[in-house]
Amino acid sequence: MTDLTHLQRLEAESIHIMREVVAEAEKPVMLYSVGKDSAVMLHIARKAFYPSPPPFPLMHVDTTWKFQAMYELRDRAAKEAGMDLIVHQNPEAKEQGINPFDHGSVHTDMWKTEGLKQALDKFGFDAAFGGARRDEEKSRAKERVFSFRSANHRWDPKNQRPELWKLYNARKSKGESIRVFPLSNWTELDIWQYIHLENIEIVPLYLSQPRPTVERDGLLLMVDDDRFPLEEGEVPEMKSIRFRTLGCYPLTGAVESEAQTLPEIIQEMLLTTTSERQGRAIDHDQAASMEKKKQEGYF
Amino acid sequence: MSDADVIYKTDVLIAEDIDAYLDQHHNKSMLRFITCGSVDDGKSTLIGRLLYDSKMIFEDQLASLEADSKSMGTQGQEIDFALLVDGLAAEREQGITIDVAYRFFATEKRKFIVADTPGHEQYTRNMVTGASTADLAVILIDARQGVLTQTRRHSYLVHLLGIRNVILAVNKMDLVDYSQDRFDEIVADCTDFAKSIGMEEFMPIPISGLKGDNIVTLSDTMPWYSSSEYTGTTLINALEEAPINTARMEEAKFRMPVQWVNRPNLDFRGFSGQVASGRIHPGDAVRVLPSGKTSTVKEVVTFDGNLDEAVAGQSVTLTLNDEIDCSRGDVITLADEPVEVADQFEATIVWMTEDEMLPGRPYIMKVGTNRVSATITEPKYEVNVNTTEQLPARTLGLNTIGVCNIATDRPIPFDAYGDNPDLGGFILIDRMTNQTVGAGLIHFALRRAHNIHWQAVDVDRDAHAAQKNQQPALLWFTGLSGSGKSTIANLVEQKLHALGKHTFLLDGDNVRHGLNKDLGFTDVDRVENIRRIGEVAKLMTDAGLIVLTAFISPFIAERRMVREMMPEGEFIEIHVDTPLEVAEQRDVKGLYKKARSGELKNFTGIDSPYEAPENAEITVDTVALSAEEAADVIVARLLGS
Repeated sequence: MTDLTHLQRLEAESIHIMREVVAEAEKPVMLYSVGKDSAVMLHIARKAFYPSPPPFPLMHVDTTWKFQAMYELRDRAAKEAGMDLIVHQNPEAKEQGINPFDHGSVHTDMWKTEGLKQALDKFGFDAAFGGARRDEEKSRAKERVFSFRSANHRWDPKNQRPELWKLYNARKSKGESIRVFPLSNWTELDIWQYIHLENIEIVPLYLSQPRPTVERDGLLLMVDDDRFPLEEGEVPEMKSIRFRTLGCYPLTGAVESEAQTLPEIIQEMLLTTTSERQGRAIDHDQAASMEKKKQEGYF
Repeated sequence: MSDADVIYKTDVLIAEDIDAYLDQHHNKSMLRFITCGSVDDGKSTLIGRLLYDSKMIFEDQLASLEADSKSMGTQGQEIDFALLVDGLAAEREQGITIDVAYRFFATEKRKFIVADTPGHEQYTRNMVTGASTADLAVILIDARQGVLTQTRRHSYLVHLLGIRNVILAVNKMDLVDYSQDRFDEIVADCTDFAKSIGMEEFMPIPISGLKGDNIVTLSDTMPWYSSSEYTGTTLINALEEAPINTARMEEAKFRMPVQWVNRPNLDFRGFSGQVASGRIHPGDAVRVLPSGKTSTVKEVVTFDGNLDEAVAGQSVTLTLNDEIDCSRGDVITLADEPVEVADQFEATIVWMTEDEMLPGRPYIMKVGTNRVSATITEPKYEVNVNTTEQLPARTLGLNTIGVCNIATDRPIPFDAYGDNPDLGGFILIDRMTNQTVGAGLIHFALRRAHNIHWQAVDVDRDAHAAQKNQQPALLWFTGLSGSGKSTIANLVEQKLHALGKHTFLLDGDNVRHGLNKDLGFTDVDRVENIRRIGEVAKLMTDAGLIVLTAFISPFIAERRMVREMMPEGEFIEIHVDTPLEVAEQRDVKGLYKKARSGELKNFTGIDSPYEAPENAEITVDTVALSAEEAADVIVARLLGS
């Protein structure tokens, strides 16, 4: 017997899911956030359709506040995969100068939640791949692989379709769209192991390096560009840091670390004691905040 | 270092030689299992315990867990593990689990995916969903309660879904003083009913999810469990040693449902799919079903290079040495081990939605990568999942399970579910709501599907039509009671007859009193009524006639069913469009009055829905047009086109 390893089985399942979407959806798109999960998802997409390039575009719903290093990798990765890259920035947020320093949660609402809805409507995509995993937090654990959104992009957790065997029901009513999560059954450790095994390029920010930082509200933030408004007396301090999760740089907390290689990251992760979402400001509000955000259309 | 540390993580190895650790961990296998139990059997607590012991819980989660335990928990000042896994806000407030949730943890040997499914009565569908992908089932029993009705139901469903590895976890042993007698008693009860449902074996383990007894390590509290009478296995150990389905499927016959035809350029044509069972090599002679065409495998293509062998579970792309037709929905097998192909089956069906199953209504059936139209032709019986008793049934309601005959609109490749779940498990989708309404397991093809062949006739439908010098058609009048369907249909027939056309009108009077006199006005009967009319009308058009039907035919799904029976372009849907107020005002037969007073039940437009056509070929507005004018419009459209 061959006994496939857990990573081989997870990869094969993700490939199966992606092919089902391409066979059944009219106009799929892959949401690409440039993070480690996106990197794995893109890598698997290349495998799923080889020797064809993945038959859908990549789309980055940009907030203009991502780390510079993310923008660099984004353009290169799309090109290497032979895929079109769509970058969408919410024009209203742009016009109003919405930013994470002055606007708090409005920033996430407008750039990400609204931006995503706009982009899907604008291009008429009926199925969007996302890199979310069920181990990320509690409400995700109950979300289906094929997750339906109403015409208003709302998620109704009480009315989800049962998913049996490998059979996904991709039929949608008028106006509905599907979010598909091919990495549903992966854990953070699986993702890192796979990146290591497959030698997948990731944003260097995941690896530790001396970087300019300030500490705010318990989060260790990196001063990524000169848009970072320093408060009086605040002087960026060089610290050896890395990120376990990447989002908008003013909202993403770093951890102090000496891990400069993937095995060292995995080592740190296995010995560490805080979950990866703790680095994100979005989850801290209340226990059920992610569920609420998702009902409103956040990915 | 505690025992739990040894099982889950070799911290020393991680710290000292991460590369060695990674080598070891890249090669873990993966087991999917389901936990089932009644409401208070402690399922969530057990899963919370497994996550906690395997350190899948981090400090920040633990901190919020501790806070939550104090405010919402049921364990006083102690940690309430259940809060870890009760995900959705609604159920956290109610303290129950309402849906399938998937959880992950890993030991040194394996990664585990746990489907956590609720125990209360109305959620059979969730358990079936969770069980469909499981290699193993953990059935929980509260040691104080013993075997309950729910235990029987869970065991039946686990067995139905073909799960061969079953662990019987007798939980809350701490609350029965870790009594060996109590454990023996429960195991004896289970052995009896396991036999009655055909479950060959199960592994009983006495545990306490709350205290952690016999989960990771053998507990000092139950020294008797280590004696030779028992397996003396911990829960984790049993999970680590259980065989995995994909490994078993490797030894079965080769099957690969084609998902997608990979055609990057004119020189490459590959068939992408996930191998459902068996193994395949370049050079193997293969057959494509249902066509039966054969070829040999040229290459097994993957992004990481061509393979010498692909096995069950792998997603690959096959290229063949011959240019043969093969597309999504087809199944590739070895040439001398083909799958069966049929269009009528006996199957077990689990109904998963509020609206009851309607025999005769076409549903979309997804099996493998195939999507066909399927009708349940005959419910044979319903199974009482608590007693496994067979009850007579004409339909199935939410969370009921029955055995039915089912017919597809074309022959499909399949295996019996017991041989190959990937080719014998199916879902049914409602064509209107697009919801998944049922799941099924194919038992076997009905013999008549093999034996009835269409008799090729020499005088065919074209010959009939040519002799009558006309294009056959089915004019399907639909509309509310009192809209004027029969009146207009009658006028249309008179006009066509006068023009020398061969016609026949089917209406309530000549159908309800004869062919369909056994049918009433429930939804099930309305569907069957329309199906029979459709079949008769089709035979008449085969004879070359222009057929007119005048029935309310309130459901879009049935009108579509008839449309799909007919050759393209011969079904002409005519919406006799009259607003309800107008029809009710006319009330020619006094029926609306009776319906309003409650004397007449299930009356369309009053207490039964009318689904207006979305794309009728012809719509006549009876408020604007007289019956004569409407008939003229229809005749002009029919003969003009």
